Amino acid sequence: MSASTLPVHSGGRPLKDLKVAAALGARRKRSDGIVRALCFAATALGLIFLVSILFTLAWRGFEAMSLSVFTEVTRPPGSGGGLLNAIIGSLIQTAIGTAIGTPIGMLVGTYLAEYDRGSALGGAVRFVSDVLLSAPSILIGLFVYQILVVPFGGFSGWAGCVALAIIVIPIVVRTTEDMLRLIPNTLREAVIGLGAPKWKMITLVCWRAAASGILTGILLAVARIAGETAPLLFTSLGNLNWSLSLNQPMSSLPVTIYNYAGSAFADWIALAWAGALIITLGVLGLNIGARSLLRSGK
Amino acid sequence: MQQAAPATIAPAAAPPRQGGSTGAAGDTVFELACRLSGILVLILLGAIIVGLFMGGLPAFRAFGATFLWSTEWDPVSEVFGAGVSIYGTLVTSVLALLMAVPLAFGIAFFLTELAPDWLRGPVGTAIELLAAVPSIIYGMWGFTVIVPLMATTIQPPIIDTIGEWPLIGPLFSGAPFGTGILTAAIILAIMVLPFIAATMRDVFSTVPPVYKESAYGLGCTTWEVVRNVVVPYTRVSVVGGIMLGLGRALGETMAVTFVIGNANRINTSLFGPGNTIASLVALEFPESPAGSLKLASLLALGFLLFVISFIVLAISRLLLRPKAAGAKRARNA
Repeated sequence: MSASTLPVHSGGRPLKDLKVAAALGARRKRSDGIVRALCFAATALGLIFLVSILFTLAWRGFEAMSLSVFTEVTRPPGSGGGLLNAIIGSLIQTAIGTAIGTPIGMLVGTYLAEYDRGSALGGAVRFVSDVLLSAPSILIGLFVYQILVVPFGGFSGWAGCVALAIIVIPIVVRTTEDMLRLIPNTLREAVIGLGAPKWKMITLVCWRAAASGILTGILLAVARIAGETAPLLFTSLGNLNWSLSLNQPMSSLPVTIYNYAGSAFADWIALAWAGALIITLGVLGLNIGARSLLRSGK
Repeated sequence: MQQAAPATIAPAAAPPRQGGSTGAAGDTVFELACRLSGILVLILLGAIIVGLFMGGLPAFRAFGATFLWSTEWDPVSEVFGAGVSIYGTLVTSVLALLMAVPLAFGIAFFLTELAPDWLRGPVGTAIELLAAVPSIIYGMWGFTVIVPLMATTIQPPIIDTIGEWPLIGPLFSGAPFGTGILTAAIILAIMVLPFIAATMRDVFSTVPPVYKESAYGLGCTTWEVVRNVVVPYTRVSVVGGIMLGLGRALGETMAVTFVIGNANRINTSLFGPGNTIASLVALEFPESPAGSLKLASLLALGFLLFVISFIVLAISRLLLRPKAAGAKRARNA
């Protein structure tokens, strides 16, 4: 009895409010649903881009792929040839660039994590390193052209290596600093407590504890410079002949792809796609490897 | 040798006098090496700025301040201006951000609030892999996939409809070549998308759960929580992430070179060809002999691009810093 009379007692107003509230609630749910759908669509679109890139590369790249791509050097259009000198040139320049940039980057990252105690110098170094991390790579190429190509009278593999090393440094700085900061201070205190000097604490304990993270950074840096074209255009220039001399212009995969893809010859364009597939598989493989390394390290 | 061997094999057993003496020297050397490397990075940035400026000096001397806005680019009579390429750089980058920011927001929202746990890792990695694809691959993909798509499917209907409208019509008029400023902006948008999305995802996940839970407890929907709690809390860092994307877009070279159409004049139509500072430098460099005024002009353009990027990246860092510094301090404490 009382339960059924309750709404009657309170009159029509609460009922109306309930209706309004229900309508409002429905509207809020609807806008929530629309935004969810849009976000889902945005993510799907992002994934579609990636799939489309990989599919295009696989389709055009496998078509042009053959053993001669890896065994023969670049030749004039119409006479076959492969990308051997470009692949070797890329490997050499990437390796030397990483070898120059990594120690410097690790030392800078160590300075920021272990020695900089909120000093102005440390803040400035961190800031500059972050800016260099995102600075246009073509400008690094122009800069190396100014300091190494013009004064020494010509394009050279060394200039390309230095340009790539400059790109490596800030990447390694960032990961080294981040990884060293993750190490608990108690570990440092324990090492110092045993009487070890600070440099041994850093090199033998901190670096070792952060090794997988630092290695991840180095692999990501390798992946980044392996695909860089712009800084090499003005430094190692590219070389259509077989040459392993670092004092001569040196071929590299990205620059060869750039020159071939823009050419008018069908066989060169096909080779460019083969090269593009090789480089993308390498770069993405390095990225995935680096990520799984970091995950297993943790 | 004799000193080092026992110290590395059994540090705990090393006699204190040896550890003390080698340690002091080693500490000084190691700290000096670290500090000098840090200073080297500072010198590097200074050298890049000075190097580009010195290289561009002949052009600045020859054309004065008019170099900044002159739209002239005439290699025959040796008159060069930066106007067209600065215009192209700014227009493509801003258009790219207009497209990339909503998409990045959607992806970050999806990854932090909507996606089930098992999906977050793989989708997040896939989006980050977009950032790892080399620039030149974007160029080739854009040229073979996006350009034909624009020329056959997207541009003709827009030219026939919006192109006829007053006021904004001229922005969408002209012939449907497929290449052009808008196509370059689309490629740039896809390229900076992962950077902005990753930053947004990272800052969205710094919001203390108790704030979100309180809002949910009041009956908010997911979208209301994001709009009224997450976004206001992370606003500054989100803008920082957008600036980071802008910094990347400004200097992108190879991909833009493939699809922008490369013309040294300002086009009112977004479908028309243009160029950016980076694409102009990449294209014109091979035909610029050392010591020529043209090369100096390209270096001057490089200097301008560096200044613009530096300012944008510096702002980005300042905006992204406060929360990060706080987190670091908390971690160290």
